[in-house]
This record gives sequence, C-alpha cells and structure tokens, in this order.
Amino acid sequence: MDGGNAFRPEHVGVLGGRFHGRAVPVSSRKVAPLSNPPSTKTLASKRLTHLDRLEAESIHILREVVAEAERPVMLYSVGKDSAVMLHLARKAFYPAPPPFPLLHVDTTWKFQAMYELRDRAAREAGMELLVHQNPEAKALGINPFDHGSRHTDMWKTEGLKQALDKYGFDAAFGGARRDEEKARAKERIFSFRTASHRWDPKNQRPELWRLYNARKAKGESIRVFPLSNWTELDIWQYIQLEGIEIVPLYFAAPRPTVERDGLILMVDDDRFRLDPGEEPVMRSIRFRTLGCYPLTGAVESEAADLSAVIQEMLLTTTSERQGRAIDHDQAASMEKKKQEGYF
Amino acid sequence: MTSAEPRYRVDALIAEDIDAYLAIHQSKSMLRFITCGSVDDGKSTLIGRLLYDSKMIFEDQLASLEADSKRSGSQGQEIDFALLVDGLAAEREQGITIDVAYRFFATEKRKFIVADTPGHEQYTRNMVTGASTADLAVILIDARKGVLTQTRRHSFLAHLIGIRHVVLAVNKMDLVDYDRARFDAIVADYRAFASEIGIAAFTAIPLSGLRGDNIAQRTAAMPWHDGPTLIEHLETVEVEAEADCARPFRLPVQWVNRPNLDFRGFAGMIAGGTVKPGDAVRVLPSGRTTQVARIVTMDGDLDEGVSGQSVTLCLADEVDCSRGDVIATADAPPQVADQFQATIVWMAEDALQPGRAYWLKLGSQTSSATVQPPKYAIDVNTMAQLSAKMLELNDIGVAEVYTDRGLVFEPYADNHDLGGFILIDKATNATVAAGMIDFALRRSQNVHWQAIEISREAHAAQKNQQPKLLWFTGLSGSGKSTIANLVEKKLHALGKHSFLLDGDNIRHGLNKDLGFTDTDRIENIRRVGEVAKLMTDAGLIVLTAFISPFRAEREMVRKMLPDGEFVEIFVDTPLAVAEARDVKGLYKKARAGNLKNFTGIDSPYEPPAAPAIRIDTTVTSPDDAAESIVDYLASHS
Repeated sequence: MDGGNAFRPEHVGVLGGRFHGRAVPVSSRKVAPLSNPPSTKTLASKRLTHLDRLEAESIHILREVVAEAERPVMLYSVGKDSAVMLHLARKAFYPAPPPFPLLHVDTTWKFQAMYELRDRAAREAGMELLVHQNPEAKALGINPFDHGSRHTDMWKTEGLKQALDKYGFDAAFGGARRDEEKARAKERIFSFRTASHRWDPKNQRPELWRLYNARKAKGESIRVFPLSNWTELDIWQYIQLEGIEIVPLYFAAPRPTVERDGLILMVDDDRFRLDPGEEPVMRSIRFRTLGCYPLTGAVESEAADLSAVIQEMLLTTTSERQGRAIDHDQAASMEKKKQEGYF
Repeated sequence: MTSAEPRYRVDALIAEDIDAYLAIHQSKSMLRFITCGSVDDGKSTLIGRLLYDSKMIFEDQLASLEADSKRSGSQGQEIDFALLVDGLAAEREQGITIDVAYRFFATEKRKFIVADTPGHEQYTRNMVTGASTADLAVILIDARKGVLTQTRRHSFLAHLIGIRHVVLAVNKMDLVDYDRARFDAIVADYRAFASEIGIAAFTAIPLSGLRGDNIAQRTAAMPWHDGPTLIEHLETVEVEAEADCARPFRLPVQWVNRPNLDFRGFAGMIAGGTVKPGDAVRVLPSGRTTQVARIVTMDGDLDEGVSGQSVTLCLADEVDCSRGDVIATADAPPQVADQFQATIVWMAEDALQPGRAYWLKLGSQTSSATVQPPKYAIDVNTMAQLSAKMLELNDIGVAEVYTDRGLVFEPYADNHDLGGFILIDKATNATVAAGMIDFALRRSQNVHWQAIEISREAHAAQKNQQPKLLWFTGLSGSGKSTIANLVEKKLHALGKHSFLLDGDNIRHGLNKDLGFTDTDRIENIRRVGEVAKLMTDAGLIVLTAFISPFRAEREMVRKMLPDGEFVEIFVDTPLAVAEARDVKGLYKKARAGNLKNFTGIDSPYEPPAAPAIRIDTTVTSPDDAAESIVDYLASHS
C-alpha cells in the first residue's frame, strides 16, 4: 500500500517528507534520518526497536486469532488506536486483505469527520464494513443530552452485544491498551467472555510465553487486544513513522465550541443543544481521544501536526481518559463496565 | 512525600527539539521484567515509584491517588504508591495484589514492561505466568528481614522459567539506617543459596522505594554503594532477544497466506535465528527441503528476517507446509517426537489426572496429550524432590508426556518458543498447566505403527456389518449390564458379531491391578477404550457396561474411534432408585463408610450432555430399552 498518499498534507506540518522511508528493511526502518544514528551498523541490523517488537507481537496475535477462531471481527471505533490496529492487520495478512470484517458500533453521535474516515479506511483496506446501531436506542431516541450514562450503556454496551450476537462473531479485536486504566492493566490479551458477554476478572486464563488459548464453548467468545502492551506514546510514534491516517480532529484547528461542566465541547452539528443566548465560540482545539461529540472534551492547543501533538502529550500533565465523562463516575467504574460487557 | 523530579526524560529537549527527542526514542530497545516479593516488601511501592519518577503518572491520576491514599492508603497522609498499581476493586479492599498486572514506563534508553506478580504462596501460577515473558527478575527483599523462604521460592521459580538476569533489590534500607553491614550480610546469605540452585550471577542493589534511594538516582545516604542504580542496571543489561539471533533459524508456521493461486506465503514469528532469501530450509515434521525465495512484508521484501519478527516467507518449491509445521535451517533442524519428559506447573483448581487426555499447545501446534503419574514433585521452598501421585494447584512436578502425534520441539533450555507448552482441559477449555520440555524420550523415536494388510474395513465387510461401540454409562445398579446383555442377545439372533465388555469381568482380569481412585478409574476406562478399539478394528459390534463417571474419559474413548462409531447410551436411573434396588449391596456398604470413592455417594457422576440414546429406566422396561437400541443401530448403519 502507499501510506504516503493516504497521509493528508494538513497532518504533515513541519515533518513533511521526513518520514517517508517506509519500504525499507529492518536494518534502517524506524531509525529516522535525524541526529543520533546508532553507532554500530552491524549490531543495528540485528536489533529490533521497542516499536518493532510491539508490531511483531501485535501481528502474531492477529494471525493467531485468524488461525484459531471461526468468525473473527475487528471492532473499529475510528480513533487513533483503531487506526493503528487496522494498519497492523493489513501488515499481518499482506498481500491478502485482512480476512475479517470491520465492525463499527455506532451511536449516531460521533463526529462527522469520524464517519468520513471510517468509510474510506475500510475501502482502502479492502475490508467489509459492518455498522451496527442499536435499534432500541434509535427508537427511544437515546441521546447524550437527555439520557446521561444510559446513552453509553444502550448505544455502546448493549449495541456491541447485539452486534456480536447478530453476526455470531466468536472473537472480536479491540484496541484497548493496558496503560489506559488500572483495570485494563490486569486483563489478558485474549479475554474470555461468557455467553452473556460477562468478564470475570477472577477467572482469567493464565497467559504464558506467546501461547494463547483460544478454545471456547459454543456461545462463548473472546475479546482480543493486540495493542495491550502499547502506550499512548508508542501509538503516536508509530502513527508518525508509518504515516497512518488519523481523524483530523486530533490536530488543532479553530473549531466552534462551548464550555459545559469544565469540558470544552465542539458543536459538530445542529443537534447540539445550545442554552438560550449561548453562542459557540471559535477556539483552537484538538482532541486526545474521540467518542460521541457531545461527551468528548477538547483541549485548547496549537499543535497542528504530529510532532507538536506528541510534544504536547509528553509535556502535558493530565491523562488521556480525562476527556471522557465515562470514567469519572466512581472509582473502578471501568472494571464494573467491563464486567457488564463494555469493551 | 519526597520531592522526586522526573529524571528519565529530558523535558528541555522535548520542549526545544521534539524531533531530536523522537529520533532518540524511536530507536529504543525494550526490556520486560518481573518484580517478585510479598506485599510487605514494598513491591507495589517500588513500581509506583518507577512510574512516578518516569512521569508516567499524570496530574489527574496523582490527584485521585492523593485522595485514595488518604481514604485507604497505608502511608498516613503521604502518597501510597502501591495504590497506583493495585488495579481491581476486590484487591483494593483486601489490600493485596492477586493477579498479574502489566505496567509500562520508559527512560532515555529503553521501554520497560513490568509484570507485577504477587508473592503469596498460593499464587505460584501467577508468578510463572508473569515470568514466562520476562528477560529479568527483580527479587525484592525487606532489609529488616533478609532472605526468607519466599525469596528462595521466587528465585527458584525465576530460574526454573529460564530467566537469566536476576536483580536482588534490598529494599527499605532507610529502615535499617542505610547500614552497609546489614546489606553485605544479606547479599552473602543470598549468594550461598543462589549458587545452590544454579543462579550463577546476580546484581545486588541497596535501595528504598519509598524514599527513591538508588532507584533513578544515587543517594547520599549510601555512598558506600559503588554498583549501579536500579534504573542504570535495567537500562544496560543485555536483552535476551539479541542473543536469540545467534541460534539456528526456526519459524513456527502460524497461518498460510493464500490470497490467489500465484501467492503462497507462510506467516509466523521467527522463534530464533535469522533468515535470508536463498537460505536452505527444511520443513518439519515432513523433512522436505527447499530454499527461502522471499521475505514478504507490506513495507517491501526484506533482505533479512531476525528472531522476534513477524514475517511471511515464500519458499522456492511447492512443498507441503501448514499451520503447526516449523520451517528451520536445513542443516540444524529441531527434533520431532511424541514422548517427552517435562517440568509441569499445575495452574488449575482441578488436579492433574494422569492418563486423562488434555489439549497440548506448543508454538502453533496443538495435539492431544496425556501426562503420566509424576516422577516427583518439587517443593518450591526447599527445592526437595517429593514423591507425588498427582499435581494440584501451584504444584510443580516432573512427568512424562505422551502426545497423539509427533511434535516439532526443542528442549526449553534451548528455545522457549519450541519448548514451552500449555495444557488445556478438553471439557472446560481452561488453561490448566504450563510445561517445559526437558528432553524427548528415546523410545518415542523408535516406535512405528505396524502397517496392517487386512484393513478394518475388510474385517467389517466380511461380517457384513458396521463396527460400533455401544457405550453404556450410568450409576451402579442403573441397569447397564442387564440392558447390554439383552441387546447382545438380540444382535446375536440377528446374526451380528458382537462382544460384551462388562465392568466386573474386566476388573477381575485385565484391570485387576486398578482400584477406585480417580486416577485408577481413568486408567480403567482408557484400557477398556483401547480394547474396544481393537475389537471394532476387528469388525465387531462392541458393548461396554461401565459406570464411566467422567465426561472427559468418555470423550477420550469417543476420539479413539472413527466419527460416528462411538454410541453413548445413558442409562438414566435416579440415585434414589438405584440405591433402593442395590442389587449387589454396594450402596449399603458405601453408606456405612466401608466402600470409598463410590460413584453417587462420595465420588461424582457426570451425566452425558448429549447422549445418542437416553434410557429412563423409571418408565422404560429393559426389553423395550434393548429393542430401541437395536432399532437405533439398524437406522444408523
């Protein structure tokens, strides 16, 4: 594939042209032609960087699932982690397209820019894209303005279970990372779910070496996390080195915003309910994480390219998930959600 | 709280020249290590400190950590770093870590993945799990307590799993006034023990996780320590993977990539050595040789693939090769065998049942396997060899393992990917054990199947019937033998060739050496299964009447035979009814405590989930039952 073309010019910024070295052997790949080159060439040819190792591990996991599961699917949320996971899947099965569909559990409230990238990314990968919207949530008009946590529960948690049951998927790839949250740190790479999609943190299968036990009874399924050992910095560096296209909302630009409960929210379409007299204000913002636009807080930023975004991330003092309303409810809220079937 | 500034990252460089910073960081290597110690050794505090000092904790996390520390922490008003690491809600309440958690931090030179593993006795399995992917082990010792039994246990397990780098972290030095004599005494003590179990070298570091002494920075409190700080050592120790490249090339084939007729690629992660286009390779177990034509990746073909890389190989010739095969250097291939001696760590609540068939997964190979009664178990505290009949949760033992087909392998000491395996329970699908192959048994390379001239089909055709195994299962006194006898009479009258194997008759002869323990019951059924298999090979319709209480053994017999030949007949009689009949007076004896392990009384019966035929003896007469079974045979032949 030609990632260079998919890499839209507006994302390149000061990096333009520097990281095009993609079709190169292991000896020189990922060692950017900048300062501090490795001193000994012979050693470098046998040494894999941490990103090489993470990539190899993820590809190994993706292939293992395809070899052992009957009906795998990749959960595709259109965020940066999903973008990396999709890219790894393309590498794992090249020159074949990844032998499974993409599934987007849609809430109808994602950013417009996400829908645009979603359809294009699936097409470019040569993969079938399945979009599931919980019909019940649709009928009830569940939305983030009126329904609070029920919005996430019905559209995402219930929607996901419905979609997995509907298509009979027995293995689903997710882009979760262990560094995101404490409950994730202890989850296995192959995470077993009962027929009712529940996770039992006390009854996880031990995972040794690179051996994954993908066996399960009928009706049971496995959630698989190929990015388990990646950190946020790894993800960003990999996006940069591989020229992976991500939603432009990750880069700062002037956008119409309002402030609610300490969060800067973007007015992405006319469904956003403005208070009487409230006027959206143009701010230079970007997002560190993407979800439903009325629930996703932006950060004020001038970082308009990848280097600047990484720079801000490294110098910042708040964690990635802070922009999401979901985690603030109570201590260990993620663990509760996961036990109930949230991804 | 001491003021710990972030020391691993050069914030100035990030701010001034982010691209230069990234250039350094993208060529970092990776080290995976485990920390071993008990709750009291300050293990979680040490990891929390590493994360904190490397600025992996953000302000919002720090704020909630401060709040948590005041609510449930053990450090009074100070920050309790341990709370950062203890993830699951149940654990937080108990104040202990109960599982393996993975943590991440990075310095200028390396990215680190830390497996945080618990120190409690009952959690050997978690430590082995965490250690299986680690290059290095940090063994924590409380300076006030010195080398404890658990220190020995952790060191032994780390050594057993093949970790070559050991750090002895003598923690809480602040609580012994940074006393050098105390540190030296502990190191001497540990050295004596380490050499006993074969740990040739280790690095000892005096430190304080709570204060941050000798973690990232040298401390003025211990000027006498001339070795590295913990971080310095972790940054410079040689990574195992680099040595892996020096070994012979191996690629366990994970998946065959065949998008069209013009492309056939063999995908997998290189498990040792390096490979180049043109290299002569051998495909195992078939032994066919060919050359590597291409190493294909989405980024273009590679000149060289190295250990630890996931690649796709194209071969020069059309050789048979599928998932589970291993592509290896032609002149130094791994061995193929079906009988091994292995060291086994049992990880499940249900104990090992010698003779029971489990799934064995080794690399990308899966086979059916049985474990023989252990030669001995190892006491993890004293390393003494104990005699053992079985292995229970957290037991470690050495036993022979037999697989139902040849596996491509290397001893674990030579190659973890081709020598480490897991055992999976066939009924529950749980991962029940981890195993490490010590060596193949010589006889496994010398036993060959005798090719038979008259096939089983020929035997059956001569008798003008289809061989079947009618497997009657049910409680003692349920009526298995009665019904089986009636069925055989009817078959005989129809001119069919049959034979009835009855529980009591077999136990008087072939199996008279077996008792009624779970292990013996399994062996009993295995032998009956093998005899029945020979008889069906001879073309007979075989009837067996055994309680056969365990689902797994009935499944084992089912799998010995061709599909459809095993007919499971569940003679379903409620316990109360069978006990009321008590034809042989056995229930009375069992109730009186004179008969141990009696099915239904003090030993379980696992009814078939989906028997081919179920007979409810409370409503069906034996004759009607026999008739329906004969009808079933007629309609399924």
